[in-house]
Amino acid sequence: MSDRLEVLKTYKLFIDGKFPRSESGRSMVVHDRAGRVVAHASRASRKDLREAVEAARRAQTGWAGATAYNRGQVLYRLAEMIEGKAAELASLIDACEGGKQNLGTESGAVEVRACVDRLVAYAGWADKYSQVLGCNNPVAGPYYNFTVPEPTGVVCVLAPASPSLLGLIALAAPALCAGNAVVAVASGANPLPAAVLAEGVATCDLPGGVLNILTTQQDELTQHAASHRDIDAIHAAGLDEKNAELVRAGVAENLKRVVVRSLDRADWFDPRLCENPWWIESFVEMKTMWHPASV
Amino acid sequence: MARTSPKQSTSKRTTPTKQATKPAGTTPRGKAGSGTAAQNMPVSSAKSSRGDTWDYAPAPETVKVAIADRYDLFINGEFVPPRDGGADGYFDTINPATEATLSRVAQGSAEDVDRAVRAAREAFPMWSALKPIERAKYIFRLARRIQERARELAVLETLDSGKPIKESRDVDVPLVAGHFFYHAGWADKLAYAFPGRTPRAIGVCAQVIPWNFPLLMAAWKLAPALACGNTCVLKPAETTPLSALRLAEICREIELPPGVVNIVTGDGRTGAALVSHPDVDKVAFTGSTDVGKKIAKSVASTGAGTSKRLTLELGGKSANIIFEDASIDQAIEGIISGIYFNQGEVCCAGSRLLVQESILDRVVKKLRVRMASLRVGDPMDKNTDVGAVNSSQQLATVKKYLALGIEEGAELVLPGVRGEVEAQTPTRGFAKGYFCRPCFFTDVQPSHTIAREEIFGPVLSVMSFRTPEEAISRANNTPYGLAAGVWTDKGSKIFDVARKLKAGVVWMNTYNKFDPASPFGGFKESGFGREGGVQGLRAYVKLDS
Repeated sequence: MSDRLEVLKTYKLFIDGKFPRSESGRSMVVHDRAGRVVAHASRASRKDLREAVEAARRAQTGWAGATAYNRGQVLYRLAEMIEGKAAELASLIDACEGGKQNLGTESGAVEVRACVDRLVAYAGWADKYSQVLGCNNPVAGPYYNFTVPEPTGVVCVLAPASPSLLGLIALAAPALCAGNAVVAVASGANPLPAAVLAEGVATCDLPGGVLNILTTQQDELTQHAASHRDIDAIHAAGLDEKNAELVRAGVAENLKRVVVRSLDRADWFDPRLCENPWWIESFVEMKTMWHPASV
Repeated sequence: MARTSPKQSTSKRTTPTKQATKPAGTTPRGKAGSGTAAQNMPVSSAKSSRGDTWDYAPAPETVKVAIADRYDLFINGEFVPPRDGGADGYFDTINPATEATLSRVAQGSAEDVDRAVRAAREAFPMWSALKPIERAKYIFRLARRIQERARELAVLETLDSGKPIKESRDVDVPLVAGHFFYHAGWADKLAYAFPGRTPRAIGVCAQVIPWNFPLLMAAWKLAPALACGNTCVLKPAETTPLSALRLAEICREIELPPGVVNIVTGDGRTGAALVSHPDVDKVAFTGSTDVGKKIAKSVASTGAGTSKRLTLELGGKSANIIFEDASIDQAIEGIISGIYFNQGEVCCAGSRLLVQESILDRVVKKLRVRMASLRVGDPMDKNTDVGAVNSSQQLATVKKYLALGIEEGAELVLPGVRGEVEAQTPTRGFAKGYFCRPCFFTDVQPSHTIAREEIFGPVLSVMSFRTPEEAISRANNTPYGLAAGVWTDKGSKIFDVARKLKAGVVWMNTYNKFDPASPFGGFKESGFGREGGVQGLRAYVKLDS
């Protein structure tokens, strides 16, 4: 027995650039695969979700108003922060999700490297996607007409259980790079990598409220996210059929844009599949502008 | 204000003819050509602000269009009777300007919808695998035949919908042909539209369209779907099925393979059966936000496993913002076309006019004068600016809002100057048909119902603002986000405001312009997905894997 008692950490929520505990006072115990207690994590409630959405709404206009160049730099900075936390993140993934034994070669370290690369990819997209998705339109008349993508607004990410960190980052990054604010709800299975990610976000120059991260039993919030009228879009993956239907029904609430993905674990590591402007396109609104071009 | 005069201008109206006094539905069917509306119409300009000197002579469109007594469903390349072909199997479609019955149209049942979906399903492998340039050529043929039969289609559209012949002839039908031409060319170029992906057809598309631009909406739906290799089941609006059925005839004429386009007429029940059909891969709907939400719900629950794709083009309450440094006369024209085009039955109608306070009086005065010069009446007259409202039901909706506006304290301004008013309210003074004179409300508060809800009629709400920030926040203060207009001669201001408006289409120093190459569709509760342009193709392709 060691002569020093380890300090067990309680991971907190990340809302509006701050680290509150859940307003509900609840927390959950996170075990490793051997059943030992690794840490505690705050268990977000419906009210925490609402507060995160409010924070995201407040932050969204400013983030969308930042230059595309600036958004790219901030996302790149986030990649730098994750790289710096690679060992910590990898060990949490290995301890709780299975590491090499369960996941083959895709151990925690591989997943974290993919996360960093995913962020770098979308950092680069920030000032390019609008050139790919937007255009001039040759209308039959003396008008200058063009279409530009604009951010949808507040996007809720429902992250898959596996890969927990890469899944969350892959779902959030396309929305963020286009100027949306995100409320990410991590999977309840292993919330710790998401909580550590929050610590990286807090130090990466991303304005408070642009990316909020909630740990909880995700099922608990699915319905609330779907019916929340100030969430403009949902980007989800790994949902069972019941929750997928719940989320899709959210369209009927306020016409929220809903994308529910079902990817195999290996798919998440495929850049061709996950790093392209068509993932961004789901979270932009095309605005078409006309102006007379003759006097 | 003009509303104060109770006088009704019956004196200038032509004596109602025998036909006009007959109850609706007794007009002989099948010969419902043109000209029938003129006789019972009050010629609004007869007592216009310009006096009698400058009145227009009647200029009726004289092309006669054959309309059958009865229309069946278009399924698998054939016109087939509905399965329930008894007395309830058909319903009347009427001319809203005369209330005369034009024809009887099949009421498609769930069983008929199923037949149509199966036909589309069977046609899909062939159509999607067709050499793209061949697919393109079919669509080019469609476009060409539409151009060649343009006048006939325009007349039919005006008879069935009530819109002025000027608009169906110069706007709707040319745009219809344009849409097919534009999209035909995409059929063999789709890979260039989606860099890095291999676009594939989705499958069977269920498309439900409204009555305000009957043929144009059919074109918006069918053209991109067909170009991308999908097959379609289209449900036209209950009150305006005739032009889509004529399009079905054209599909036969150009030898489009059976099942590629199917047209099932009917009411809301037919539409509901179509969008909830389990073998439909994609649903596209244009219509009200209420119905759009119902469809979203139905799609969420019937798309088990493989989720149905959905695009929605819904309602709007679009703001038209006019700054003090705008070119005022141009802006007035834009405001007029923004709200009175197609009797205001336009989802992107500029129904909220936001005027900078310093020019409010000037704008209102000019608006009154210009509004009074609009000619309301026989849709078949080539000089008519504002035709008939599409249905008695829609007219009742407009009337409801007119009453609400007055009740909530706004001031109703009617056409006519110096007390010359034709009727007490915009909807009175017409012997037959569903008419509403263009009008607007002043003293409107943002909280008023008429400033918040979509009226879908020739009714404008005028409000004022002081600063650009106030204009933007007022314009965005709505669950809708379809369109907006900005009027100013200052370039940096117009781009700043346009950028901040939450709307899918922003017209700067213009309004209500449409083009096949220009994407159309909304932000927020005005729906999602675009129609037109390269972005419009997105709704009709699969990009995954």
